[in-house]
Amino acid sequence: MLAAIVLLPALAGILAFVFPARWLRRALLVGAPVGHLALSAWTFHASPAPLLQGWLDLDSAGQLFLLTTSVLFVAASLQTLGYLDTERAHRNSMATAGNLLLARPPEAIFAACLLLLLSALTLVTICQHFGLLWVAVEATTLASAPLIYFHRDGRSLEATWKYLVVCSVGIALALLGNFFLAVAASGNATPALVVSDLVAADPALQPSWLKAAMIFFVVGYGTKMGLAPLHTWLPDAHSEAPAAVSAVLSGAVLNCAFLAILRTLQVCGAAGLGAFAQELMLVLGFASMGTAAVFVLRQPDYKRMLAYSSVEHMGILAIGVGIGGSGAFGALLHAINHSLAKGMLFLAAGQILAIYATKRSARIHGLLGRYPLLGWVWIGGFMAISGVPPFGVFVSELTIAKAAIDSHRPVVLVLFLLLLAVVFIGMASSVLAMAQGQDVETPERIRGRWVSLLPAMALGALALGMGLAIPPFLQTNLQQAAAMLQPAASALRSRPAADVPALGLTVTDQPVPSPIAQGGR
Amino acid sequence: MHLGLDIALLVILLTSLGILGSSRLRNCIRLIALQGFAVGLLPVLIVDLMGSSLVIVYAVASVASRGILFPWLLLRAQHQANVSREVEPYVGYGASLMFGAAALVFSAWLSSRLPLPEPAPSNFALPIALFLGLTGLFVTISRKKAISQVLGYLLLENGVFAFGVLFVRHQPLVVEVGVLLDIFAAVFVMGVAIFHISREFDHIDADRLASLKD
Repeated sequence: MLAAIVLLPALAGILAFVFPARWLRRALLVGAPVGHLALSAWTFHASPAPLLQGWLDLDSAGQLFLLTTSVLFVAASLQTLGYLDTERAHRNSMATAGNLLLARPPEAIFAACLLLLLSALTLVTICQHFGLLWVAVEATTLASAPLIYFHRDGRSLEATWKYLVVCSVGIALALLGNFFLAVAASGNATPALVVSDLVAADPALQPSWLKAAMIFFVVGYGTKMGLAPLHTWLPDAHSEAPAAVSAVLSGAVLNCAFLAILRTLQVCGAAGLGAFAQELMLVLGFASMGTAAVFVLRQPDYKRMLAYSSVEHMGILAIGVGIGGSGAFGALLHAINHSLAKGMLFLAAGQILAIYATKRSARIHGLLGRYPLLGWVWIGGFMAISGVPPFGVFVSELTIAKAAIDSHRPVVLVLFLLLLAVVFIGMASSVLAMAQGQDVETPERIRGRWVSLLPAMALGALALGMGLAIPPFLQTNLQQAAAMLQPAASALRSRPAADVPALGLTVTDQPVPSPIAQGGR
Repeated sequence: MHLGLDIALLVILLTSLGILGSSRLRNCIRLIALQGFAVGLLPVLIVDLMGSSLVIVYAVASVASRGILFPWLLLRAQHQANVSREVEPYVGYGASLMFGAAALVFSAWLSSRLPLPEPAPSNFALPIALFLGLTGLFVTISRKKAISQVLGYLLLENGVFAFGVLFVRHQPLVVEVGVLLDIFAAVFVMGVAIFHISREFDHIDADRLASLKD
């Protein structure tokens, strides 16, 4: 079962690369993600048996990220179909000599890499062994690099190069973290770096080496996750990649790096270093939100704006985990909500780019008038990502804010809400200016195919549904995953403040969480 | 007790210093190949501590990749990109060597402060592994050419590998092979990217890749 779920997309990817028939490639490109989604949904019905002495095992956190990845890939691959056609027509019309140098059409490489990326991401979600986890995370970098270079122009090449070098060097540091962890665990009876063994072995881990390992892991996987100040590659890569790839990068690849960090947090928490790790996450989280807030304001390029919004949301995830308690639950929920909403926005942004052929938001006006459906999807995506009430992001941000209140951290709460508000204002000014107003130069309506907006709308519907009611199976899963991060005894030992009954700071002293205020605007 | 090990570590140290001070790209690639041999041989040199017969297989694989395959990929990329031979550092060669000396002192100081659970096979092992990592990071950020950045990445990777071999001797083979495959793929993809960069821009100066910014 586990083997099938990893191998299905990998095999499909190889087939798509080897066989030249276009219909087969298209069928594989959509069929494999759909099959993958079916398999990952099935894991909720019957939990699969672990493989390789428990190195590959689907736990509840992995299951959440697996399902999100699947859903996102189905939407992205459907979107890709239309995209590949227009791109092909475009390419044929300008048939440059350079393309002849490639033995395979870029489309084959694209399909193969997208499917291999799905396979690598799946492997990340089911890995319980730190060494194997590293291999899988690095594989996601390598599989996604050619996807970013799909346009084959100077800008996408520059983005690809930065992505490759920054992420590879970052992840090399995570490998050093692996070895430090192994040194820390060398007193253990079972020296293999399996998460559950390490969690069970808490007193045997050497704290100083474990701390060093934690720092290297956070720096390494944090680079991949896009936490500031290690995010420098992210805005370039996410803005230059084709829309469907951006959606996958933001929604699935960043999440998987987050999962890798969660695994290390799990071990640190069990070894009584939870407080140290949480402080680290809080600092990086606020750095990310702050960076995003600075760059989202007056951002002229709407795809870059979305990329910085991803940096912001990765910061929110880090803060949620950093607060701990119900904050961890909120962070996991937020990871899902962010993926759905950001996927929707990137797919919509791809449509806008295809119509207007510019990434400068200042050149786009009156989207609502020219193409109402796309205009509404764009605004809907914006509302979903910025936490307007009925959407899921509202619930998860509220959960994290409430966790900050419960743990009596007024500074954290105020900073969190303030930065959320700043990013909201920055995005609103850009998104609303694009949607509203009148396009004076070309006022005529655009006759778009509504089918091409279906994937974005489906993701939007899911984002809305997650806000209205979290399905019960997801709820239990989220709770189990959050509980994994809170090993009872040591978490209490390291954070006594959580047990102190409310003294001066009561819930009513705090300002109303801003998502509500935002909704009112 | 491990004379061979000390010699290999010395070779690693000298090749890193050589890369810091060398002005020719081709020289640097030769040096990284030599270093790859030395690093790849490490598992064999401490075979009495490894306690597994698979060590030989593993050492052959790492010598073949680090000593032959990766440098060959780099040479091929350099040849295809048809770039000038100069390394073109931001930081001069003398200053780079000064950095090397400082990094060596720092690594020696740091490793005297890190408590090791098991005694190291050689007193030079930890300082040199750390030094290699630092040098790799330095080369990645201080050289203009895209190939030099890959070179820095390989140095860093060699350092991490040396640390792993010398201090973590019970990594399962599956993981090691996976790591090696990943690094191979990384160098390969970077080589392809360098080829595309040279075709698109007529240069491979990473510092001139600056059209994307805020």
